[in-house]
Amino acid sequence: MASPDYILETDGLVKEFKGFVAVNGVSLKVARGHIHALIGPNGAGKTTCFNLLTKFLEPTRGTIRFNGHDITADKPAQIARRGVVRSFQISAVFPHLTVLENVRIALQRQLGTSFHFWRSGRTLDVLNERARELLAQVGLEAAANALTIELPYGSKRALEIATTLALEPELMLLDEPTQGMGHEDVDRVMQLIKQVSANRTILMVEHNMKVVAGISDRITVLARGAVLAEGDYEEVSANPLVIEAYMGTESAELAGAH
Amino acid sequence: MKYATPAYAVAFLLLLAAPFFVYPVLLMKVLCFALFACAFNLLLGYTGLLSFGHAAFFGAAAYVAGHALKVWELPALAGILLGAGASALLGWAFGSLAIRRQGIYFAMITLALAQMMYFFFLQAPFTGGEDGLQGVSRGSLFGLVDLEKDINLYYFVLAIAVFGFWLIHRTIHSPFGQILKAIRENEPRAISLGYDVARYKLLAFVLSAGLAGLAGATKMLVFQFAALTDAHWHMSGEVVLMTILGGMGTVFGPVVGSAVIVTLETELADKVGSLVTVIMGAIFVICVLLFRRGIVGELLALRKRT
Repeated sequence: MASPDYILETDGLVKEFKGFVAVNGVSLKVARGHIHALIGPNGAGKTTCFNLLTKFLEPTRGTIRFNGHDITADKPAQIARRGVVRSFQISAVFPHLTVLENVRIALQRQLGTSFHFWRSGRTLDVLNERARELLAQVGLEAAANALTIELPYGSKRALEIATTLALEPELMLLDEPTQGMGHEDVDRVMQLIKQVSANRTILMVEHNMKVVAGISDRITVLARGAVLAEGDYEEVSANPLVIEAYMGTESAELAGAH
Repeated sequence: MKYATPAYAVAFLLLLAAPFFVYPVLLMKVLCFALFACAFNLLLGYTGLLSFGHAAFFGAAAYVAGHALKVWELPALAGILLGAGASALLGWAFGSLAIRRQGIYFAMITLALAQMMYFFFLQAPFTGGEDGLQGVSRGSLFGLVDLEKDINLYYFVLAIAVFGFWLIHRTIHSPFGQILKAIRENEPRAISLGYDVARYKLLAFVLSAGLAGLAGATKMLVFQFAALTDAHWHMSGEVVLMTILGGMGTVFGPVVGSAVIVTLETELADKVGSLVTVIMGAIFVICVLLFRRGIVGELLALRKRT
């Protein structure tokens, strides 16, 4: 079953909350090296899907395979250590640490001293150079010593990407990376995602159709917890089922980007 | 932070000179409670866990050290270390049970476990029940320094307290401390970066319990007895009050908080009697309403603004 071409495969993934099926038999295949977008109307189960993939939620049924290994029983931190690192819908930074320290938190684990309470914090300075490189990659090198809480929203999201990149994940899961951003920030983050997708796979939940159309190689549309359609942007946006699912608020957006 | 080192130096010099101006037993009591509050702050201020059962560690170490000194006739330092070790072990047991819950549930589990320990201390044969362990002799340090003399004991207690503060300070600023801060700031994110947060919280809990035990055992040595009040839930509440009044999440806050509370309690005890509880309650209410960051926290915020 496991194919080397697919980095992540789910088989019949189900999540039931009391009397409500949020994710209903989702079988997803993410090809290695792709930017794969997960879209769908509000409440379609996209974020729940993400939480299942990273085990922040326990699936009711179904399996998850990463690189051919069954990771369904892994703990969230274990999954991260395997190389599947996620971001969150709201910006996930450490607000009262400096920008540089944020990235260092991610780099620190490889030193193997994370439990060493007797060691000086200065032993972490060896990571500064790498942390600055990562910050430069997302255009934040000038803000390295600023307190993270003081950054504008777009920069926080960029910092989040730099922190995620620090783990050199094989698979990055981005939950609405451009949510709540102005036009310029959206363009910047879109370029950034494109840029960091070299040598890795990205699965993202995204509402902004411009971003989805612009950078994704493949799109899966979820509706009511199940896969409605899959394909590239042309195929998906021409699919009558998809257009119907998006009727109302978001149909204009879908058509507008086309 | 550039004022930190001189501030520590000045504080240390003041503490060296203090017993010549202030009654040494009061100073020792302040030091013990300051260490207790700092140990508690490691958990509340730097890990974001509110334990309502820290009296169990404070009391357990006092009993173990008292028993070791009185019955086994171990030297003072060995007894204290044994007490702190026992509390760390107890902390590991408490922590393993409580750490998987958060917020109020975590506090309730620690309280419940501490109440069970209280009952154990009341019933166990070696604790002396209601009377406690009394008349523990202080002995000497390596057979050289006579600890029965208050002034000698003061410097011994000061050395223990300084070691405890150093260890806490080091922990806060260590690679481990960085991860604790990350967990406090954004736990899901720390998990998504591959950290098993439960193990970090557990180690923080064990360190906090061990250091609280170090404080409890040292206090036993000063007063030469271990009693049920050390393990009573009032004690757990008092350490919360000291930490919040001084400023949680600040290095010096718990020291200032415990100095204020211990001095007030000692000074007021013969003057107002049981009214002291009302006064403490009033102070807590004022603190929470008017200066939520605590004394040191407010001062730091003031300095930042100017």
